[in-house]
Amino acid sequence: MSWWLVVWLSLGAYAFKALGFVVIGGRTLPGWLERSLLLIPAALLTALVLKDTFSTGTELVFDERVLGLGVAAFSAWRKMPLIVTVVLAAAATAIVRAL
Amino acid sequence: MPQTKCLRALAPDVRRVVTASLTLSGAVGVFALSFGVLAVSAGASIAQTCALSLLTFTGASQLSAMAVIGSGGTVGAALGGSLLLAARNGVYGLALAPYFGDSLGKRLVTAQFIIDETTAMHMAETDPRLRKIAFWTTAIALYSCWNLGTLLGALAGSAIDPQQFGLDVAFTAAFVAMLYPHLVRRRARLAAAIGGAICLIAIPFSPVGLPVLLSGVAIFVGVPASGDES
Repeated sequence: MSWWLVVWLSLGAYAFKALGFVVIGGRTLPGWLERSLLLIPAALLTALVLKDTFSTGTELVFDERVLGLGVAAFSAWRKMPLIVTVVLAAAATAIVRAL
Repeated sequence: MPQTKCLRALAPDVRRVVTASLTLSGAVGVFALSFGVLAVSAGASIAQTCALSLLTFTGASQLSAMAVIGSGGTVGAALGGSLLLAARNGVYGLALAPYFGDSLGKRLVTAQFIIDETTAMHMAETDPRLRKIAFWTTAIALYSCWNLGTLLGALAGSAIDPQQFGLDVAFTAAFVAMLYPHLVRRRARLAAAIGGAICLIAIPFSPVGLPVLLSGVAIFVGVPASGDES
């Protein structure tokens, strides 16, 4: 693998972090924008969860990961600690794959 | 345990925040293991894998880059998807900026630690002092755990098959746990539903990394002033 990937990804990722925080930051945001920004975790985390569960590359797939998601959702619903949720989901997926 | 005694000396609210930060960081350390393993098996050297965690320090982007490289993609393709994923940290920075009134130098350092987890921990609190404590304890503990886990995972390298241990669902499970508290608000549930639908529809038609960014359009259900804000 090329070191250029490490260099460009690090510079690019930092540029995004600094852009919002240092360059634009410090100003009071209008209400509609503030309300919208608060919804970022809900929208993006859902998208990340669905992407990581139902796709490989650009293909939609349905495999053992669905069980992991189900176990994680149940565990989060039961208000289990985060690490318990992670371990249960990984273990459930591993067991089904081993069968 | 000395750590427990130390935590007990703090005010209850601070103790709760610090405990949550340490728990989250410990869990993140576990996924860092899987990132280390996945990166080395995708073709990165141990030094490159550690450099990514030390310098890039945004998990989803790092994983996405390794997934593309591992499946034979070019540096350009890997960068495209990863940087799209990294763009959300810019929006987090925008949301966090009003709460940090430090000097330019301090802000430039703080910026490196603006990621999903630090933002979520910061926003979960209402008291300004607790928000800063939540941000910084998470930043320091998570940076340490993420890099230590990455190193150990990279060293373990090809000896482990991540899929066999279900490590590939570790990120998903953590995201679910972090997502759940947001869904008590009706608008957040709507944003989640729309964002998720956009992402799934976009997956077959767009490059890796883009669907997640497109789902960000769903946040604009927050534009109307009416509705629940609880």
